[in-house]
Parts: sequence; structure tokens; C-alpha cells
Amino acid sequence: MKLDRRGFFKIVGIGASAAVAGAPKTSHAWQSKAPPDPYGCLVDLTRCVGCRKCELACNEVNHLPEPAVRFDDLRVFDKARRPDEKAYTIVNRYHTGKRDDIDRMTPTFVKVQCMHCQDPACVSACIVGALTKKENGAVHYDVNKCIGCRYCMVACPFEIPAYEYLDPWTPKVQKCTFCYERISKAGGKPGCAATCPTEAITFGKRSTLLKMAHRRISENPAKYIDHVYGETEVGGTSWMYVSDVAFETVGFPAVPDKPMPKLSETVQHTFYTYLWSPAVLYAVLAGIMWRQSKKEKEA
Amino acid sequence: MHHETARPLNTPFWTPGVWVMLGFMLCGAGAVLARYIGGIGYVSNLTHARPWGIWIGIDVASGVALAAGGFTTAALAHIFGRHEYEPVVRPALLTAVLGYTFVVLGLMVDIGRTWAIWKPMIFWNFNSVLFEVGMCVMTYLTVLYIEFIPIAAERFGKTIPLLGRLNGLVGKIMGVFIVAGVVLSCMHQSSLGALLLVAPTKLHPLWYTPILPLLFLTSAFAVGYPMVIFETTIVTSSLRLDSEMKLLSRLSRFTVLLLGIYLALKIGDMIFRGTYAYLLDGTTQSNAFLVEVGLGVALPWILLWFPMVRTSRKSLFAVSTLIVFGVLLNRINVFLVGFSSPITHTRYFPAIGEILITAGLIASLMFIYRIVVTYLPVISAGKLEEVRP
Ligand code: SF4
Ligand code: SF4
Ligand code: SF4
Repeated sequence: MKLDRRGFFKIVGIGASAAVAGAPKTSHAWQSKAPPDPYGCLVDLTRCVGCRKCELACNEVNHLPEPAVRFDDLRVFDKARRPDEKAYTIVNRYHTGKRDDIDRMTPTFVKVQCMHCQDPACVSACIVGALTKKENGAVHYDVNKCIGCRYCMVACPFEIPAYEYLDPWTPKVQKCTFCYERISKAGGKPGCAATCPTEAITFGKRSTLLKMAHRRISENPAKYIDHVYGETEVGGTSWMYVSDVAFETVGFPAVPDKPMPKLSETVQHTFYTYLWSPAVLYAVLAGIMWRQSKKEKEA
Repeated sequence: MHHETARPLNTPFWTPGVWVMLGFMLCGAGAVLARYIGGIGYVSNLTHARPWGIWIGIDVASGVALAAGGFTTAALAHIFGRHEYEPVVRPALLTAVLGYTFVVLGLMVDIGRTWAIWKPMIFWNFNSVLFEVGMCVMTYLTVLYIEFIPIAAERFGKTIPLLGRLNGLVGKIMGVFIVAGVVLSCMHQSSLGALLLVAPTKLHPLWYTPILPLLFLTSAFAVGYPMVIFETTIVTSSLRLDSEMKLLSRLSRFTVLLLGIYLALKIGDMIFRGTYAYLLDGTTQSNAFLVEVGLGVALPWILLWFPMVRTSRKSLFAVSTLIVFGVLLNRINVFLVGFSSPITHTRYFPAIGEILITAGLIASLMFIYRIVVTYLPVISAGKLEEVRP
């Protein structure tokens, strides 16, 4: 009745050799799917004055609802905010202890929005591929595919995608669009970048912006810290920042340099390319089952 | 002696327990209604930073794990030919059918666009772990229903000719489905663990490990038989049936090995990654991990070595409960307790609406289980008055 050990190992042995033979020959070295020459934005925290014009512009170009607090009301800075389903970007104020020439406390303002990662966790995670990384750098959301599983939100290391939790049937994931339509047109700029009065936000090719960022730092090493946030973080992001204060003191998370989807995609593809591992397991189990029933019939 | 074959129980249906279940179901239905009128945000404490709550952590992740009795008993009895375990296959299969049905129902409540649940069949993302889980669960649920056809046909095959014919059709190739069920289970049980691999900064290091899928798979193997013991004991004692102790205590011997593998992997991983450094730091996470592994894995594993424990009905039940608790807590720890939002530090505790829906789903599951065992041949344990007159 019982499957004896030798029989068992024989079947497993056959299965294992089938696995070796059947495993796809192509190596599974993970490859970045980042577009080669995307656009980006460089935010210079030393230039931002906290006027919230970018918030206003974003609200207008994206036809977002009227905010609870007017855009010229500076009291909103008293509490740290996050982008949400009604605001794709917000500016926060931080006091880091930095002082100006006459020893007055000077705040640091930080604009927050989707980073448009080069290899975005949200895009890798989305069950239906509703989120995609476009050639021009934008991480684009297609509501027609979305089922609302919110795995993108679980995956995003920057806690960016927001959800319309109060819509019972057709809620959307909401996040900065990088003004996809606008930047797809020649000469088009994102609403926020176009409006910024102090040129704290520069729109351009990511490669150009990176050079610009490093030039600013090297031309003024006493002012800037030597770090372009977004150059290597999570494998690189389209939105990047330079600053005169340490990033961790103004709300930026410490994230690995490795693209977030690398491990999960490697695991997925190692086991599921051509569904080879389920096929081998199926063969082994079916073999055992067949042998068993043959033995029973003989007995 | 117990009955050799499964049969409908035909016991009185409207017991007080059934009324309690009905009460929970009604409250749950009310909360579901509120969710579809006011939205997810109206009944839950979910936020932008904590998008998954107990509907995913308990209804889906724990539901899938605790339905593992289905494929582990099918593998034992049908693939490895240990037919003596046949009596527990049907109840375990029923638990899996219902368990997975309710996983899908729970998911439907949780996703924002319930009506769009079919979309992953059209829009594929092979990079997404959730896509793999979704497709597997859907296929496996279908396989489970197919595996259940013979049971329904045994009772209604004559009255419903279509069912009889269907049974004849799938009966010949049942082996194909049984093996498929085991393979599909291995796939999505492990992939459920891979879900959080994409978020290394959000899951506490005590749980975040590249072998998370392997841990989920081995814990599903380990919890399968204890779950069967747990359920069988509850069902046989509440319906006054023979306890089938002989079978259950033999079944528990496999658990010594399976749980041992899981425990070894869990501790080995902790030592290898040096995460024991967190163990005694007194945070909620560390304490939850200690309880999970100490009380839910190590303790029952040690106890299971004693033949005394394996042969006593009460202690076997207690040990199985601990194991079930350990795996349940593991899923809750991975998806809820160990999950953090490193930027906003948003905390999450389920809202009353979430709890009501989850409780309602569990009650409905038990209610339907009760109906099915009453009218379909699922359980083979003899009635106590027949066994011991
Ligand atoms: S910041 Fe978040 S939402 Fe934006 S692209 Fe990156 S992972 Fe996606
Ligand atoms: S919520 Fe929508 S966009 Fe986000 S992962 Fe799910 S299907 Fe994709
Ligand atoms: S890029 Fe467009 S959507 Fe994003 S913050 Fe700027 S204006 Fe808003």
C-alpha cells in the first residue's frame, strides 16, 4: 500500500532532472525597465519660499476640488500634511534649527508629490497593470483597469497613492500625474513647475537635471549638502531634490538604493517563467499518484 | 467503530449556536450595506498609509492559510494513497470550498470596485505577485467546486440528472483536478507570503525576509492537519459524534515533522539575518513575534512529541488550537502588526464595521458548513449514541 522510500525518491529524482532540463535557459538576472531618457523635476529646497503656488496650479490643471483651507492661508503649515485624494501635492514647513545671517530661525519648505520612480513599486505591484511607467517618465494611472485592491498603496515606499475611500462604487487611486498630458506636448511643463515664482522646481530631462543638481552643489559646497535625493534612491526617481539640510530632518524616508520590485520580480520570474515549477511539481505528484494506484490494483 | 462512509447527519438544525451565527450574519449584512452606501472609508479605519486591514489580514490571508487542510489531506489520501485518512478528506474539502468562497467574498468587500473583480482575467501583469495570487485562487476555487461535485452527486445525483451526468464526466478525470488542486495551493500559499516582498521598508525585519514565501508555504503545510483536528473536534463534540481520535492522533504525527521544518526555518532565518536583536526590545512587534513563535509554534511542537498529548482528545485539541493560533497570528503579524508606514507612522486598529463584516463572514461560513453537513454526505464519524449506546 504505502509508497516505499526508493520509489518515492525515484519519482522525485525524475522530477528534479525534469526541473533542471525544463528550467528556462535564459538567466533570470533582473533587468530594470526604466525608460532611458525620461523627464524629471529638480526641486531645490533652498529656493522654495512656501508660497503654495504649486499647490494652487496643481489644483487648477487637474481640476481638483476646492481645498478646505485657501491656498494663500499660511496657517496650514502648522500641521504636517500629506498628499491625498483631493491634493496631488502639498508643501510642508520644517524647522531644523537652521538660522540666517541675522540669527533668525529659517524654515525649510518641502513640496511632496509622487516621485515617479524609475522602477516603481506601484507599477510592479498593480494586479491589472493600471499603473504604467511612461517613456517620458510619468507614472500613469488608468482608472479603466483599476479594481481598487490598493496593493499599489501598500507597495509605494513614499506613501503616495491616495484612495477615494468615501466613494462606494467607483473610487479612484489619486496621485500626482506628472501632468502627463501637458508634458507629452512639445514645450509642455507640469502645472506646478511652470508656476513656481522662485524657480525652485526645474522641469527637464532627468539626465540634464542631474548634471544641474551636481553643478549647484559643487559651485556652492558650503550651502548644499552633497546629496541629490532621488538620484539613486529606490533605483532612481524622476523627481529629485537638492537641499541645504539633511533630508532625514525634513521628512524624506531612508530607502534602499535597490529598485523596490527587484526581489519580488526575481522570485516571481524564477519560479513562474513558462510556469515551469508548477509543471514539474504537477509531474512529480501525478507520478506518485499513478504509481500508488498501480500498486493498489496489483495488490 | 465509526461509520465507514460519509452520510448526511440529519440532526436538528436550529440549535442555539445556529441562532447566534444568524445574529452575527445579520450584523455583518448591515455593515456590508453601509460599506456599499457610504464607501469603505465609512465603515473602516483604512487610510492612505494603511490601505490593508483585517479584511486582507484575516479574511483573505488567514482564510487561505486555515483552508490548507483541504489540499494537505487530499495529497495524503489521494496522491500518497493513504486511504485510511479518507474520513477527514471530505470535511477538509468542505472547509476549503467554503473558506475560499469567503476569501473571495471578503476580497469583494475590500476592493474599491467590486464589480471590476473580473478585470485581472483580461489585464495581466506578470510582475505582480497579487496577479499570481488572484489567478491561482480563482482557479483553485473552481477546482475545489469540481472536487465537491461527487459529494453533491452522491446525494442529489438521481434527483438532479444534470448533476449526475456532470459527476460521471469529472469522475473519470478527478485525479487531474486533485493534483492540480495541490499544485495551485502550493503556488498561492507561497505567493501570499511574497506579497510584501515589494515593500521592504514597511514590514518589520522580524518578518521581512526573502524566504517569506517559503515560510508561508511551510506554515500552510504545518497548519493543515492541526486545522483538521481542530475542526473535527469541534464538529464532533458539538454534534455529538464519535471523536475519531484514532485517526486524528495518527494524523498529528505528520505535524511533528511539518511544524518542525517550519520552526527550523523560522529560527534559522532569524539567526541568519540577526533579527534576534529585536526580540527583547519590548515593542508591540517584538512581543507579537515572541507570542507567535513561542506560543504558536515552539510550544505545540514540543508538546506534540509526547504520545500522551497526541492520544488525549483534550490535549490534542489544545495543541492543534495553539498551532492554528500561531499561523493565524503570523498572517496578522505580517499584514497588520508588523506592517508600518515609515513616513506618517499611521497606526491601524480595525473599526467596528470591519470587525462586524469579518465576523459576519465567518458566521456565514459556519452556517453554511452546518447546512451542508446536515444534508450532504460529508462527515463519516458515527453518532455517539450509536457508537456508545
Ligand atoms: S512614488 Fe510611489 S506612487 Fe509614485 S511612482 Fe514611486 S512607487 Fe509609484
Ligand atoms: S488599486 Fe488599482 S491601481 Fe492600485 S494596484 Fe490595485 S488595481 Fe492597480
Ligand atoms: S506634476 Fe502636475 S500633478 Fe504633479 S504636482 Fe505638479 S502640477 Fe500636480
